[in-house]
Amino acid sequence: MNLLPTTWTGLLYLFATVCFILALRGLSSPRTARRGNLIGAFGALVAMVTVFLSTALDNVLLILIAIAVGAAIAVPVSHRVKMTAMPQLVALFNGVGGGAAALVALLELRSSSGFGALLAVAFTVLVGAVSFAGSGVTFAKLQEMMTTRPVLLPGQRWLMGASLAAALVLAALVLATGQTWLAAVLLVVGLVAGVLLVLPVGGADVPIAISLLNASTGLAVAASGFVLGNVLLLVGGTLVGASGTILTQAMAAAMGRSVTGILFGALKGGSTAGSTAVSDRPVRSSSAEDVAILLGYAGRVVVVPGYGLAVAQAQHTMAELASTLETRGTEVIYGIHPVAGRMPGHMNVLLAEANVPYEALEEMDQVNPKMKTADVALVVGANDVVNPAAETSPGSPIYGMPILKVSDAQQVVFLKRSMRPGFAGIENELLYEPKTTLLFGDAKESLTKVLAAVKNL
Amino acid sequence: MDGVALLTIFVLAVFVGFEVVSKVSSTLHTPLMSGANAIHGIILLGSVIVAGQADSTWVLVVALVAVVLATMNLVGGFVVTDRMLEMFKGRGGER
Repeated sequence: MNLLPTTWTGLLYLFATVCFILALRGLSSPRTARRGNLIGAFGALVAMVTVFLSTALDNVLLILIAIAVGAAIAVPVSHRVKMTAMPQLVALFNGVGGGAAALVALLELRSSSGFGALLAVAFTVLVGAVSFAGSGVTFAKLQEMMTTRPVLLPGQRWLMGASLAAALVLAALVLATGQTWLAAVLLVVGLVAGVLLVLPVGGADVPIAISLLNASTGLAVAASGFVLGNVLLLVGGTLVGASGTILTQAMAAAMGRSVTGILFGALKGGSTAGSTAVSDRPVRSSSAEDVAILLGYAGRVVVVPGYGLAVAQAQHTMAELASTLETRGTEVIYGIHPVAGRMPGHMNVLLAEANVPYEALEEMDQVNPKMKTADVALVVGANDVVNPAAETSPGSPIYGMPILKVSDAQQVVFLKRSMRPGFAGIENELLYEPKTTLLFGDAKESLTKVLAAVKNL
Repeated sequence: MDGVALLTIFVLAVFVGFEVVSKVSSTLHTPLMSGANAIHGIILLGSVIVAGQADSTWVLVVALVAVVLATMNLVGGFVVTDRMLEMFKGRGGER
């Protein structure tokens, strides 16, 4: 339909652009985050209505059906997904967005001419495909459909180099000839490169890889805006590309990692240390009653929650145990590692859900000096974020990541499902120390037993 | 619009993108990533234009696939971000 004059179309796109900027700004602060997200969604809605009203479109019915299909897949999944599985869902949505950008550019190639437009097409096809395939691999890693450890194919370095060279040659050919089938080959090469790029990324670094791929998809969308001459796509994609880059750096800094180290560390070797073999060295495991006594007569307890707490949905039991201990006169603080769980801020969200007061949650820098005065450090389903290998073992994949120094506490209690190593696949020496006590089992069951035992003290 | 004008808009948008998220606490890293992820779902707009101007069946089919994928990105992205942020509600008033 051509209901809208060009000026109005431009103004409505400008409105949507402003909504996107306000959305990103809102999302940067806890008080305004939810409103920010809704503003972004509203901007997108306005933009979509505008495109239908302003552009001469055929096949409108088929397009609407396709939109309905996409929404019918995405909305129920988003509603039903467990908190623990959200990171991989974000990865999946990011991947399909990259795939869509690559397809749009591929189709738009036939009506594109000029060096700038062809370059933008080649860029979008390649980066969109890398993002699609790379996100697929991160999804498989987070869903534990494949190993979470870095994967190195034989000759990975050569394969990577070869696919990069092939991509450059194909991009140059696309620029020279403008042939769609060459762009399609470029898309396939991009898929291969995406897989090769993410395979060597170790489990704990996957969220950073997702953030990086997210920024890449943003840039691909921006380039497709250039191809279509659409300012909204250009600005929306660029905003995501730029803010995503900043975010990726901030996340990497929170883990004491460099982005290049994450992507290429395994290629250089050295970053693949660690073993998934279960050691048969002796550990001290004990009963819920023993743990209850340790906790019940402690002056200060630091709780370190991790992914195990999230998986077992044990946050409510944890909060109840903490308040029971508080009434007995034990001070309980939570030490929150910035990347505990599968995504940054995971623990804050979970504990907020269980109505744990915000003041009881302390960040790593605040809580580490207090560890020395803590009688017990209670580690609930966390492993990598308290692993001293990050400080002592330069060959370890997590070397350099700041950790919560639970070994400074008088006693350390681990609630763990098994001796299996954490997400990064590295042994934790702390488990074998004499001051460490282990209580095996699902976090929720263990906490329930400990809670009952504390009440009986 | 000519290439230089689009390039100008691109460069300005890069700076806006840098500035707008420069001070974000680690608590919000994931929701921010998820929200930004939803925003690039606006590629749906491009997919719709290409599908609506398709001149052959294979172009239409590929473009409709792009429409489905982009809708998942856009709609799913905003819904999942909202669900994450739902967990933060109730605390805003106390602080």
